[in-house]
Amino acid sequence: LQESESENKLDGETASDSESKSEFGGSSPVPTSDDTPEVLNRALSNLSSRWKNWWVRGILTLAMITFFFIIIYLGPMVLMTIVMCVQIKCFHEIITIGYNVYHSYDLPWFRTLSWYFLLCVNYFFYGETVTDYFFTLVQREEPLRILSKYHRFISFTLYLTGFCMFVLSLVKKHYRLQFYMFGWTHVTLLIVVTQSHLIIHNLFEGMIWFIVPISCVICNDIMAYMFGFFFGRTPLIKLSPKKTWEGFIGGFFSTVLFGLLLSYVMSGYRCFTCPVEFNNDTNSFTVDCEPSELFQLQEYNIPVLLQSVLGWKTVRMYPFQIHSIALSTFASLIGPFGGFFASGFKRAFKIKDFANTIPGHGGIMDRFDCQYLMATFVNVYIASFIRGPNPSKLIQQFLTLRPDQQLHIFNTLKAHLVDRGVLGSLEDA
Amino acid sequence: EVDLEERLHELDLRSDSDIPDVPPPTDSTPEILKRALSGLSARWKNWWIRGILSLAMISGFFLIIYLGSFMLMLLVLSIQVKCYHEIITIGYRVYHSYDLPWFRSLSWYFLLCVNYFFYGETVADYFATFVQRREQLQFLIRYHRFISFALYLTGFCMFVLSLVKKHYRLQFYMFAWTHVTLLITVTQSHLVIQNLFEGMIWFLVPISSVICNDITAYIFGFFFGRTPLIKLSPKKTWEGFIGGFFSTVIFGFIFSYFLAQHQYFVCPVEYNSETNRFVTECEPSELFQMRKYSVPPLLQAVLGWETVNMYPFQMHSFALSTFASLIGPFGGFFASGFKRAFKIKDFADTIPGHGGIMDRFDCQYLMATFVHVYITSFIRGPNPSKLLKQLLILQPEQQLSVYKTLKSHLVEKGILQPSLRG
Repeated sequence: LQESESENKLDGETASDSESKSEFGGSSPVPTSDDTPEVLNRALSNLSSRWKNWWVRGILTLAMITFFFIIIYLGPMVLMTIVMCVQIKCFHEIITIGYNVYHSYDLPWFRTLSWYFLLCVNYFFYGETVTDYFFTLVQREEPLRILSKYHRFISFTLYLTGFCMFVLSLVKKHYRLQFYMFGWTHVTLLIVVTQSHLIIHNLFEGMIWFIVPISCVICNDIMAYMFGFFFGRTPLIKLSPKKTWEGFIGGFFSTVLFGLLLSYVMSGYRCFTCPVEFNNDTNSFTVDCEPSELFQLQEYNIPVLLQSVLGWKTVRMYPFQIHSIALSTFASLIGPFGGFFASGFKRAFKIKDFANTIPGHGGIMDRFDCQYLMATFVNVYIASFIRGPNPSKLIQQFLTLRPDQQLHIFNTLKAHLVDRGVLGSLEDA
Repeated sequence: EVDLEERLHELDLRSDSDIPDVPPPTDSTPEILKRALSGLSARWKNWWIRGILSLAMISGFFLIIYLGSFMLMLLVLSIQVKCYHEIITIGYRVYHSYDLPWFRSLSWYFLLCVNYFFYGETVADYFATFVQRREQLQFLIRYHRFISFALYLTGFCMFVLSLVKKHYRLQFYMFAWTHVTLLITVTQSHLVIQNLFEGMIWFLVPISSVICNDITAYIFGFFFGRTPLIKLSPKKTWEGFIGGFFSTVIFGFIFSYFLAQHQYFVCPVEYNSETNRFVTECEPSELFQMRKYSVPPLLQAVLGWETVNMYPFQMHSFALSTFASLIGPFGGFFASGFKRAFKIKDFADTIPGHGGIMDRFDCQYLMATFVHVYITSFIRGPNPSKLLKQLLILQPEQQLSVYKTLKSHLVEKGILQPSLRG
């Protein structure tokens, strides 16, 4: 079984803790179980072990990218489901590592409690987003309306129940273990669940805000690896000895170019640029709208420096492509810190990979480690620079206030508009 | 040299009894108390110290309430910083990680970032008029989330760059310890301040209910205690628990009755930009206006009244006191378990006879969140100042269209008289 393999591996490693063991890529005492499907094994049986590993990684990479395209084609609902599944798997992988580190598999309450907390936090987040996006649907159905009105209270009660169960489950000789697992669960929830919900928020903003960031991170991964392979000489950071400055810089420029090109192609299609909306009549998601200014071609003057290089005076671009430069820059410069964090984590707990889910690549977390910070960055970027608050939502909130509060807000708004000259001082229309 | 990581890993796996104790804190009782009580035996001396310090803390509490909301906010902030410091210090002692100086800077830096984020979100709402006047503040408010995120990211990258070869595990432990502590202390303290802005009564009644429950449960346990409540805290008894519950409910009722009569406690705290001060003046809401309630037949026989004049708020105080007595203690059990897990007697020795600030506030953890969730679910709707802030960020054309919609709505409801020109 997967878990017992990892446990044996850990036991073997703690027995002798020499310097060389902590080097990534050093020999691990017990090889991880080989998950490669039989088909691949037979097809590649003639090649040497090193080339076999390359081929396995390559084929799986192509398989994952193809899979990514298929689910994009299938639409937002499927994407949301996939994000949810990835989140659950990541949570499972990190919790399993915690269990292995602390040998706490024998205390069955933990597993139940961890999954219960995952459920509570997901319920809370989904409730908040669902209420916003499915507003009319929720108002129609009576039970949903009550659930949404008292949503925070219900979520809090559910969480409290878990908290009290935890306190009641404290067993005399295992207090420290139990507190460790409690802390471990909460930090994992903080990382995994919040990120996945921010991704879904970005998705609702428009599929382009989901696809471009994720592709930039993947592109940076691959490009940095290739540049490092061909030109790599100066090591980047002690934590990951395989990374090089050449790979880092080459990856940066390639990713920015890739981002510009991908955004150009995608901005032309409404299905990518329009916010995802829920249509009450057809009870399905629609992406249909008048494209916003961001996705309309504009003439830009090329700065004098580049004019001589490119030979053009002006260029037609989508404003979104300018934003894509910011996104790609973040993906190349800061995204890798998520990867270094995960490398440090793996060294700290002496594991080679998070899990064995994907042959040749490791666990789901291994693939998503650089994506951690990207989702939050995109969300903060959108909230700060792209869209303001939603006017119709504000009106809805206004209508639930008390009359005196409404009057106060109305008068303040009026004074503000008069101040700015938008409204004439005596004009009422 | 023994590998620190190896030693730590072994420590993690051994059962609790094998872990060596953290050395007990030094005795910080002030000299004057020691001299005054030098005649008494050790046990009575401890009692007197606890008693005197309890009275001192309660008096301090009343003094600060008298001084007003701003002082209360400062007090909450100071307590938050001290609690954070206590928990982080325990983490350092448990992991012997005082030698890695980056930790202290990084922990305090993260505390600063998270506080900056939360204060920016709340303060901006309440000081809207003050902020509108100053250009630089407007910039900070508009891009607040981005700035907070950039600050946090800097700390995160510093952490990654500070990872040192032999100390990875230690550093990750401290990183996680810091974040969980922030989650507990900083979010709770900001919820307390938000409750405070709703009206000082929403701050005073919950905190007093928890303190009352502590004291009365102790007294009931002392006189009548026989059946142990939970293995985690052997001194707690069922008699104390139930006696504390009933006393706290009655105390909450009576205390709310007195506070509900004064505008100072009942009104939302507002910032007056002209006088540059906090004011609590308003028309008391329905919650704080006397109403007649019919007494249920069961109680009619007991009390002999048919109707009673009460404030609706007293009904809510019933819910608050119940939570303080039944669920609040779980916060205390959690803290007891934590202390046993890490073999410490008290969180710190800040208050003689009582331990650290955290020891006094352990039952308050859940209370602040409960009150906040209760208020948002059952008492008030969305926050008007926040709504106003968002309205002012919109584009002028959007603002104009919203203005027209609001105006037609208000005229329709008769709240606004149609103007002569319209």
